[in-house]
Amino acid sequence: MDLHFQGISHSYGQTEVLRDINLKVRDGQIVCIVGPSGCGKSTLLRIAGGLERPQQGQVIQLGQPPEGCLNPLTYIFQDFALLPWRTVEGNIALVLGHHDLTAAQKEAVIADVLARTRLADFRQALPKQLSGGMKQRVAIARALAVKPAVLLMDEPLSALDSQTRELLMDDLITLWTRQPFTALYVTHNLNEAVRLGHQVVLLSRRPGRIAETVTIDKPLAERRAADPELAEYQHHLWQLMRAEARAADAELLDV
Amino acid sequence: MSDMQTPEDDSPRVARGDRAVTVGTLRDSGSPLEGRIDVAAASPAPGKSDSRSAARKSAPGPRERGKKQPQRLDLNLALAATADLQGAIPPDETPAGSIPASLATPPAGTPVRFRGKGFVTYPHRWVGLVVFVALLLFVEWGARAGYISNLTVPRPTDVIAAFWELWQSGMFLTHLAPSLTRLVVGASLGVGLGIATGLLIGLFSLARAGLVPLVAALFPIPKIALLPLFVIWFGIDEASKYALIAFGTFTPTVVATYGAVDNVDRTLIRMGQSFGLRWHTIVGSIVLPGAMPGILSGLRISLSIAIILLVAAEMLGAQYGIGAYILQAGSLYDLERLFVGVAILSILGVAISALIGTLERKMLSWRV
Repeated sequence: MDLHFQGISHSYGQTEVLRDINLKVRDGQIVCIVGPSGCGKSTLLRIAGGLERPQQGQVIQLGQPPEGCLNPLTYIFQDFALLPWRTVEGNIALVLGHHDLTAAQKEAVIADVLARTRLADFRQALPKQLSGGMKQRVAIARALAVKPAVLLMDEPLSALDSQTRELLMDDLITLWTRQPFTALYVTHNLNEAVRLGHQVVLLSRRPGRIAETVTIDKPLAERRAADPELAEYQHHLWQLMRAEARAADAELLDV
Repeated sequence: MSDMQTPEDDSPRVARGDRAVTVGTLRDSGSPLEGRIDVAAASPAPGKSDSRSAARKSAPGPRERGKKQPQRLDLNLALAATADLQGAIPPDETPAGSIPASLATPPAGTPVRFRGKGFVTYPHRWVGLVVFVALLLFVEWGARAGYISNLTVPRPTDVIAAFWELWQSGMFLTHLAPSLTRLVVGASLGVGLGIATGLLIGLFSLARAGLVPLVAALFPIPKIALLPLFVIWFGIDEASKYALIAFGTFTPTVVATYGAVDNVDRTLIRMGQSFGLRWHTIVGSIVLPGAMPGILSGLRISLSIAIILLVAAEMLGAQYGIGAYILQAGSLYDLERLFVGVAILSILGVAISALIGTLERKMLSWRV
């Protein structure tokens, strides 16, 4: 399923955060959105999944969601958003609860996603027992359980330390390689963006507009941590972003 | 400096005199790899070129020579000594190879003092009981020795005897049973309605706009003042007592509940919405469990209020009940029995608190 952003503009009161965003997220591709802080990346993502209503423009879903899809637009949050009083299994069961599934089907889905995220041994664990990386893997498992058409990822690795981040990036790449998913991936980390994105969209500082779109053709599975080609992309993006980021930083101080 | 543990009174002088030593050991043994951080040391490692100057100005006196304990020097002094040294001592003044035997011990220094003490709570079981028993023993002793007259405070043993009498006569349960019934019925009504109202306020802005001022208006009313009104409305029987307790527990429960709902992590609610969960699933599976810590701590307050109101209600037109028992004893100035009644109320309060504690441990074990 494709996702098309058509002329999205949005402001909070006097503050204009997004201006005329036109963007296409193609089926089976990961589109990364980067930009200086406060540029409206997260707002755009909330608009994409219908958690916020844009003042102008609309987001269009094109095509049919995959077979058995329970929740076409599914989020993965920066702070995991796991229910602390439910076990790993219970957290996944929560999002299946209201769908027409038999107990056996639910069980099969839970077992499948836990196996895919290598969490099968932690079924009965409570979130407080898990590390940050594990929590995010539970959140990814929960998102996969509803067989989403588009994953909307809001800085999913930003709350993790850099080693865990590497590991989870590998996990995401493995997941995608095994079964390509469509994703809109918001991050402020350029390294993540060039590692995971088929397309990297750079937003300008507030009001956020699309400053540049970079397409990276190298297959995800072949991208390595210290890839000079990726470093080149990253450097290019940073050159474009540096002045904006500095201006955005100074701007926040004025508020 | 409190840390100065050298046996000599003149240790600062020693510190300055030995400044070269200080520098030498700072350099030699300042490494955190050694497992402790040495701030300063009086005895450097043997054979180090830096320590040559150690012997120059003040060769350690006999007292220091025999000492095994490392000298504990203040950091400031050590630093001052270091500063003094900068370029001041030409190295060639030092006669080489004159390291005293006492300085040839391994480098030692002041271990960093632990300062992170206090401000952390630790569980101390039984201390509460010990304080309680000690207080009772003190009163007993004071009464027996004649320092406390029987009219001021009765002897604890007399109170226990009075309780035993109450127990033997079978009147204990006669008084306790109606009280507990009133407490359970009244508090359940009040808490149940309170949680429901609190949820309404927490979930619907219209309810919030309409009900928060009302609750704020009702909260400060001393509910006891309304007892005559309740007697007119509900009769002199049990119903008015239930109503009083229910009303008294209602307002604090409402306030605690909507506060707790407000405090539920919004990202969890947004997560529920993003997965398309139904409204009642979000309320039942996210909002209510998330608000439970706040609701339970509100329950501690409202149930204590319930006990207070129970006694108040029973003092007005009740034949049996803890409150009636206390009233009877009070009007006869029977202090022993009055204290029996008061003690029963205290125990009731402790029991309820323990019950909520257990409930919290069971229901909130997920908390970090």
